[in-house]
Amino acid sequence: MIREVLSGLRRGSIGGRLTVLLATIAALLSLLSWGMVTSFAREAAGRTQDNVLAASATSIAEALRSEQGEIRLELPYSAFAMLGAIGEDRVFYRVATESETLTGYDDLVVPELPAAPGVVATDTLTYRGLTLRSATVTRRVLSGQTPVLVSVTVAQTRSGIDAITAGLSRTAALLSVAFFLLAVALGAFAAHSSLKPLNEIAQAVGRRGPADLRPVRRDAPRELEPLLTALNRLMERLGQSIRRSEEFIAEAAHRVRTPLATVRAQAEIALHSVEEESQKQTLRRVIRAVDESSRSAGQLLDHATVSFRADALSTQELDLAEIAGRVVMGLSPTAEMKDIELRLSAIPAPMRGDPLLLENALRNVLDNAVKYSPAESAIDVTLVEDGRNYRLSVCDEGRGFGNDTLAELTERFRRGSNVSNIIGSGLGLTIAEEALNAHGGRLELSPGKGGKGACVSLILSAP
Amino acid sequence: MRFLLVEDNRELAEAVVARLSLDGHAVDHAATLGEARDWLSVAEYDLMLLDVMLPDGDGRHFLSESRMRQNVPVIVLTARAQVSDRVDTLDLGADDYLTKPFDFTELEARCRAVLRRRGGLARNDIPLGRAVFAPAAGTLTLDGEVHPLRNREIRLLEVFARNPEQIFSKSQLLDRLFSQAADVSENAIEVYVGRLRRRLSGAGVQIETVRGMGYRMTAE
Repeated sequence: MIREVLSGLRRGSIGGRLTVLLATIAALLSLLSWGMVTSFAREAAGRTQDNVLAASATSIAEALRSEQGEIRLELPYSAFAMLGAIGEDRVFYRVATESETLTGYDDLVVPELPAAPGVVATDTLTYRGLTLRSATVTRRVLSGQTPVLVSVTVAQTRSGIDAITAGLSRTAALLSVAFFLLAVALGAFAAHSSLKPLNEIAQAVGRRGPADLRPVRRDAPRELEPLLTALNRLMERLGQSIRRSEEFIAEAAHRVRTPLATVRAQAEIALHSVEEESQKQTLRRVIRAVDESSRSAGQLLDHATVSFRADALSTQELDLAEIAGRVVMGLSPTAEMKDIELRLSAIPAPMRGDPLLLENALRNVLDNAVKYSPAESAIDVTLVEDGRNYRLSVCDEGRGFGNDTLAELTERFRRGSNVSNIIGSGLGLTIAEEALNAHGGRLELSPGKGGKGACVSLILSAP
Repeated sequence: MRFLLVEDNRELAEAVVARLSLDGHAVDHAATLGEARDWLSVAEYDLMLLDVMLPDGDGRHFLSESRMRQNVPVIVLTARAQVSDRVDTLDLGADDYLTKPFDFTELEARCRAVLRRRGGLARNDIPLGRAVFAPAAGTLTLDGEVHPLRNREIRLLEVFARNPEQIFSKSQLLDRLFSQAADVSENAIEVYVGRLRRRLSGAGVQIETVRGMGYRMTAE
């Protein structure tokens, strides 16, 4: 957790900063409360000792009597019993007149006597290397006919008090540490929960595909509203610029392809009117070049579309069989030009996917098959359920794949090793594979039935 | 066949008109949607070739409108090659879709497919001696019997039938018949001519070999 907090700080994380700030406050408060508890305990214990010492001294003073002109004292047991209540401390006492010690330790002398009889004076003094706390009271007692001021001092070592104070201080320290840890945990929680809306917005935006530029509509705390507004404005501007660039691409394609179409048509007309074979050859080459560039441009656009849509895959319910039907119908005139028969046999295959991507994948595969098939042959398009998968196969009677592997053939711009005389850009299978991968599917190449031709299968998991 | 071509680029339009005329088709050209509306109100067409980007509007919106006026089959010509555009266009009611630049043999194949889906057009039928050749349907009817023809046979027979007595060299036929993308040799022409001769036997017309020059269709 500490490492987390530190790395959070290094990255400048708001959550980390907030957590550290709250933890620092908690640490200061913990220290303060520990100090206060400790000093309070010391003071309370000291006062208790003073009171007991005062009570003890007073009760001894009360016991002073004047009997036949003599000062007499019978030390009351209770005066020392009450001192025994505080730990294993040593007790010293002295009862003295101004001139002599009546009983107790002669050398236990307090620096100052209380101002008036009956008033208790407490003091801290060093006696025989020990630190003592003392209480002194004075009383006037008749000695003979004259009243004599008798002082009673009771002193006690402080070890019991210190032990109690230390114990309380330890307990206070433990409590403070517990309080600190709790405060840190609560602080982390508070930081996390107050940053939750921010994280939620970040996740909601992060989950979106690159094509999703709808405004973020979310209940956000007031503080985040300016951020959301700015974000949505940015999205809107981005959307506009994408729309503009799409329009631009369409316009550019129109501007480029229309003249190309003109060149091609003119070349075809010229081809019919020129007689010389060498001129015809030149014109044929022009036409082939136009076809090649147009096809490459188309496939590049297709590839861009597929990559884009695959990144931002949005799925819907669809029937793979319907897509197969549409693609076969779309390509049948092209196949017909070569008298190729397209045979479709499909079972209903409901699934979730992006219909445009799947259609694009199959169209590229079937387009390849038509291109590489000899005239007056047949291409079988079959859709079957194969275990947990749908298998949509396109099998032709063409030249097959030669020795190329799937990895080689689906490489961008890589064309098969045996197709030199046919127009192509080498993107067809790449497009198909990317579209399938986006759906968790794959492409499978195999030789056709009886080793003749080739089969390309689109494998997609059935729901 | 009679086409209406709606295309704003003058050079392309002229080239398409010329190329389609070579195959014996009649083509009217409209440069704007307004002109297209005028043509549609005075003439009947077998097929409309519609560009989608026109100076006075989007051809795709015109689709539904022209559909209401006259039930003309429409093939959209467009520079946009993306799948989404293709789907959009077909959803809006186009019969088919062709990306510029296009191959005229493919255009013809697509026209034929569209017309066949729409049930063919009898007025385009060509009498050949005692037989009747229906290019749109792709059939040859002889003695009340209907023979379906293969696509390349149809196209080859159409060239001869529309230009009787005209001599065509193998190379000319090759360019008419095959897309430039296809890899075909002149021997293929001999194969198809051979097949047509068998189909036409007893019809009263024949495909004659003109030594050193090519082939022509004559009455027997």
